[in-house]
Amino acid sequence: MAVALLGAVALGACGGDDDGGAMLDELGEGEGAVNLVAWAGYVEDGSTDPNVDWVSDFEAETGCEVNVKIGNSSDEMVELMQSGEYDAVSASGDATLRLIAGDDVVPVNTDLIPNYADVFEGLKNKLWNSADGVAYGVPHGRGANLLVYNTDAGAAPSSIVDMFSPDSPYAGKISVYDSPIYIADAAIYLMATQPDLGITNPYALDQTQFDAAIAALETQKSVVGQYWALYTDQQAALEKGTVTLGTTWQVIVNLAKANGAKIDSTLHNEGATGWSDTWMISSKAKHPNCAYKWLNHIISPKANAGVAEWFGEAPSNSKSCALTADPNHCATFHAEDEDYFSKVYYWTTPTKECLDGRDVECVPYSEWVNAWNKLRA
Amino acid sequence: MGERLEQAPRVAESNRVNAGRGRPRSAFALWGLLSAPLAWLLVVYVGSLALLVVSAFFKLDDFTGKPTTDLTGSNLVEAFTQSEYVSLVARSVAVAIAATVICFLLAMPTALYIARLASRRTRRGLVVALILPLWTGYLVKAFALRAVLEPGSEYGEGGFMKNLVGWSPGFGYTAVVLTLAYLWFPYMLLPIYAGLERMPSSLLDASADLGAGSLRTFRLVMLPLLIPSIAAGSIFTFSLSLGDYITVKIVGGTAQLIGNIIERALLAPNQPLAAAFTLWPMLIMVAYLAVMGRAGAFKNL
Repeated sequence: MAVALLGAVALGACGGDDDGGAMLDELGEGEGAVNLVAWAGYVEDGSTDPNVDWVSDFEAETGCEVNVKIGNSSDEMVELMQSGEYDAVSASGDATLRLIAGDDVVPVNTDLIPNYADVFEGLKNKLWNSADGVAYGVPHGRGANLLVYNTDAGAAPSSIVDMFSPDSPYAGKISVYDSPIYIADAAIYLMATQPDLGITNPYALDQTQFDAAIAALETQKSVVGQYWALYTDQQAALEKGTVTLGTTWQVIVNLAKANGAKIDSTLHNEGATGWSDTWMISSKAKHPNCAYKWLNHIISPKANAGVAEWFGEAPSNSKSCALTADPNHCATFHAEDEDYFSKVYYWTTPTKECLDGRDVECVPYSEWVNAWNKLRA
Repeated sequence: MGERLEQAPRVAESNRVNAGRGRPRSAFALWGLLSAPLAWLLVVYVGSLALLVVSAFFKLDDFTGKPTTDLTGSNLVEAFTQSEYVSLVARSVAVAIAATVICFLLAMPTALYIARLASRRTRRGLVVALILPLWTGYLVKAFALRAVLEPGSEYGEGGFMKNLVGWSPGFGYTAVVLTLAYLWFPYMLLPIYAGLERMPSSLLDASADLGAGSLRTFRLVMLPLLIPSIAAGSIFTFSLSLGDYITVKIVGGTAQLIGNIIERALLAPNQPLAAAFTLWPMLIMVAYLAVMGRAGAFKNL
C-alpha cells in the first residue's frame, strides 16, 4: 500500500497524468485495444507464419485489438515507453529497473492475473521485476543468447573465442549484436581467456576490466562482417550466407531456416548472456484493462508455450511444458534447470555500485553507451 | 494588340492605388496574409531548431535515460572533442563531397548534351527520363542498389555486380558514395541544365568567332557562367548526403556516418547528446551555404 502510495506521489510529481496511475484494484471492461512494445516473435498473430498465432484468440475473447511495435533493443524499448504511447512492454532485465526508476511503469496487482499463480516460483519477485517486494510485472520467460553458425562452414563452434579471436576461422563473416549491452559478451570472453582480470559478473566491471572489454571489442572489429541492430538484418545475412557466425536469438534462426538458410544454433561453453523478460504496464496506459487481460493471456499455459517454442526460450508458466509441440522443449531449454541458468547472465543494467557486491566503483550503463557509441563511430 | 493597349492604363491605375492611398490597408492585408506562414516558420521551424540547440545542454539522468532540466556543457564537449566523433564527422563530410563530385562529373556532360546538342524532340524525352527517377521512392532506389551491390550468393559468388562487370565494392563506404550519387544525381543535373538553357547563344558564338575551340569556350565562357548553377546543385547533393543515415544502413555494411550516431544516441536514449551531435551538420551546412552563397548559388532564386 505504501509503495502504491509512493508510486502515486511520484506520478503526481512528474506531471500528474490521471489517465493511468497506480495499481488497479479491480478489472473493468476492455477498452477495445492495447498497444504493446515487444521483442520480435513475442506477439504473433499468424501473419509471420499461419501456425504461429496467440493473438487472434485473445482479440476474439476480449475485444481488445492488439497493436504491436517491435523493440530492437532494451534501450529502444525504454525510449518507446518514455513516449507514453504504449500500454505494456516485454522488458528485459536491462530495461525493467530503468523503467521502474523512471516511473514509466506501475506495480501490477497480480490478484487480477489468475495465471500468475502457475508461474515458476523461481521467477517471481526477483531483483529485475519487483521493487520492495511488490511485483512490477509478470515473468514472461527466459533464455540464453546463442551462437548461430553456418553448417556448410564445418562443425559447430564450441567457444566464444571464435567470435573474438583475430584468427577466427569465421573472420570477416561474424555477426555481432549492435547494442551497448554486448560489452557483457566481451566480458564473458575475458572471463574465459583472461581469468587474471577477476571478472565474476559481466555486468559488474570496474574501470580496468571495462577497458579490457573495450580493447577486446576493438580487436574484434577486424573480424566483424556485420553489426546487426534489426533482427531482420541478421536474418537476411544468414540467408544470403554473408555471415557464418554470430550472436543470435533462436527466433532469428527459426525464421532464416524456414527460408532455407543452412544454419544451426548452439550455446557456447563459457556461459552466455541471456534474458529474463517481464511484461510490464505503462504508468500512462490508455488501455489498462486490456493491458491486464494481455498480461494474463501471454502467461497462460497455451500462449506461453507458443511463445517459448517460437522464440526459443524457457516458458515461465509451469503448465506450459505439457503443451509445447515438441514434448522435449522444456528439457531442451532447461525450463526448470536452475543449475543451467546459473551459467546464464541475464541482461541487467550496470550501475556504479558493483552488482557483484565488490567494494569498488563499477562503470555505470551510461558509460557503456558512450563507449559503444565511440566503438561504432 | 488592341486588347493589350486597352488594359495598360487599368494596370497602371491599380498600381497607383496600391502605392498611394491604399497603402495602410494593403500593409494590413499583407501582414494578414503573411502572418500565418511567418508564424509557421517561426514556431515550427526556427522554434524547433532553437529547442534542439537548447536541449543539447540538458543533463541526462544516467539511470533512467531521461533529460533533466539541469544544464551542462558536457554533451557538447563530448560531441565536439572526442577524436572518434571528430573523425566520424570528417568521414561524413568526405562522403558528402565525394557524392557531390561524382554527381557533378556525371551531370555536366549530360546536361551539356541535353541543353546544347540534342534535337528538340530528344531533349524533351531526355529531360523526362532524367526527372522520372525523382518520382520513385528513395527506399525503392536504395534497395535496388542494395540488390546490385550485395555480395550475396543468388547471382553467384560476390553478387550481381561482381558477376556482371567483374568488380563490386560490396557493402561499405564506396557503396554508400555510389548510392548517394545515384540518389541525388537529378538534383545536380536540373540546375546545371537550367543554367545552360538560360545561357545566351550569342556568347558562345562570340567565343567561337574570336577563335576559341570548344574546350576553351567551355573552360572560359560556359564554366564561369555555370558556377552559380553548380553551386546550387551541390547544395542539394551535399546537404542530402551529409544528413543521410538510411542509405548507410542499407548498403553501408559496418560503415557509420554522422546521421547514424545521432540515431544511436537518440535511441540510447540520450536525447541531449543526440541534439549535441546535430549541431555538427548544422554548422557544416551554415559554412557550406556561406561559401556557396559567395559563389552565387542564390543569385537566381
